[in-house]
Amino acid sequence: MSSLGNQKDSSASPANPAAEVILRATGLAVAYGAVEAVRNLDLEVAAGEIVVLLGANGAGKSSMLNAIVGLSPRVGGSITFEGHDITRKSTEMIVRSGISLVPEGRRLFSNMTVRENLRLGGAALGLAEFEREFERLHDLFPILRKRADSQAGLLSGGEQQQVAIARALVGRPRLLLLDEPSLGLAPIIVNRVFEIIEELRRRKVTILLVEQNAERALKIADRGYVMSNGVVEAAGRAADLQTSAIENAYLGTAGA
Amino acid sequence: MELMLQQLINAVSLGSIYALVALGVAIVFSILRLANFAHGELMTVAGYTLYATLLAGVHWLLAAVAAIAASVIAALLLERVAYRRLRSANPLTLLITSFAVSVALQSLFLLFFGARPKGIELPAFVDAGFRIGQLRVQWLDVFIIVITGLIVLSLHLFLKKTVIGLALRSAADDFRTTRLMGIKANAVVVGAFMLSGALAGIAALFYFATVPNVVPSSGFEPMLKGFIACVIGGLGSLPAAVVGGFLLAFLEVGSDAILSNSLSPYLDAIVFGIAIILLRWRPGGLFGVRMTEDLRV
Repeated sequence: MSSLGNQKDSSASPANPAAEVILRATGLAVAYGAVEAVRNLDLEVAAGEIVVLLGANGAGKSSMLNAIVGLSPRVGGSITFEGHDITRKSTEMIVRSGISLVPEGRRLFSNMTVRENLRLGGAALGLAEFEREFERLHDLFPILRKRADSQAGLLSGGEQQQVAIARALVGRPRLLLLDEPSLGLAPIIVNRVFEIIEELRRRKVTILLVEQNAERALKIADRGYVMSNGVVEAAGRAADLQTSAIENAYLGTAGA
Repeated sequence: MELMLQQLINAVSLGSIYALVALGVAIVFSILRLANFAHGELMTVAGYTLYATLLAGVHWLLAAVAAIAASVIAALLLERVAYRRLRSANPLTLLITSFAVSVALQSLFLLFFGARPKGIELPAFVDAGFRIGQLRVQWLDVFIIVITGLIVLSLHLFLKKTVIGLALRSAADDFRTTRLMGIKANAVVVGAFMLSGALAGIAALFYFATVPNVVPSSGFEPMLKGFIACVIGGLGSLPAAVVGGFLLAFLEVGSDAILSNSLSPYLDAIVFGIAIILLRWRPGGLFGVRMTEDLRV
């Protein structure tokens, strides 16, 4: 176990002990019928942190994010957000309480315009308030101004990813969940996506990130969890997480 | 020339009714993948309401409002009682349920109103008209065409400009992601049924103004035509439903005008035959919308 890091104990505590924990999953289990995707998972995210979930395909990372917003079937454990139990809440109530997910594959409403996509992201806002938030996002996402009336499905993959992130931000969530934001994008566009995440960090947006690109993700994250076969294999401060531990997890040899 | 114009007005007027029915069917289908065969019974509810209120001496305008309200309420009840629990069921289960609901409602009408046609006492202006040269135009047709135009326009604006309208469109595209926007699934579904019910009610007003008596199975034929209009246009798309409605009406009126009288009993068969040929050519309908939600990952 030592090669996997001695961080197991510190895994449940944020990098900065003074920061308030806003998301806490305790003993979480997710299963699709008989298939267990996540088992007995403990995870915490403190305000202002960027936490990354790493692991190979099928390790349970996306299931975990989906479970937080109530899209995967949770069969055990509990999740609290800002002290409130959200374990049995519906997806729409969880989102309204301040958690926003950028789903894998971006999932823009492809036959609607960029602006319409964002309007839905800010569905809970009044029109004037929405306009303000929409304007506010323009400096981070210049694409919003240029392509506001373009059909979202006609944008490039990188542009779509920016719109998807903007759509999740427009409702001013207090926790942003990003599911594989760099997946399927050209390297130069991946750089742009990571720049945006860094900028969000400067703006004190709390982020829980699922990412295949472990090296880059660990550079911008405060802490990380390495998942394999539905359980956490290693966890700790991003700087401490050993590459070997991650490699093991990705190769499926972790714990062997 | 006059005859041509006359037929044109007939076709546009009939097409308006079909378009309204098709729109009502398409709104629910696009979101829930539910082919609501009980849509015709919503029209019948409006028909009986019209019959009962006009018989009681209620002013026609109030009777019309009551008819639309009755059909909206019926649509909401259907959603709550019959369809809500089956929302995640497979489309075949939904299809069979909607057939069952349709039959059950027809039996209920039979129980309450009997099998004999109930004549609707239409106000006199329905038959009034004016002449342009040889051409006699009924105010009713003008009314149907103008109101339908206004409804299609306001529906378009509603779906473009309001959050609930946008949510109806996004839910038709991807329901799961729509919920990720914090939009309540129930609000979207209830909204869709309300709109569908209102469209059924308005379509019923126009339909019963041209066929002024109501029987338990009255809604079946317009519902069937509305479905065919949807399928011709491309199931699931609202603009396609409107185009399909008008196309079907033009096919019907056109065939009727061209064919000899001896063939007119076979009008439906001929029109449906043309529709089948059209679908052989374009199986997804004229606008061939895609049916899966997961194509764009």
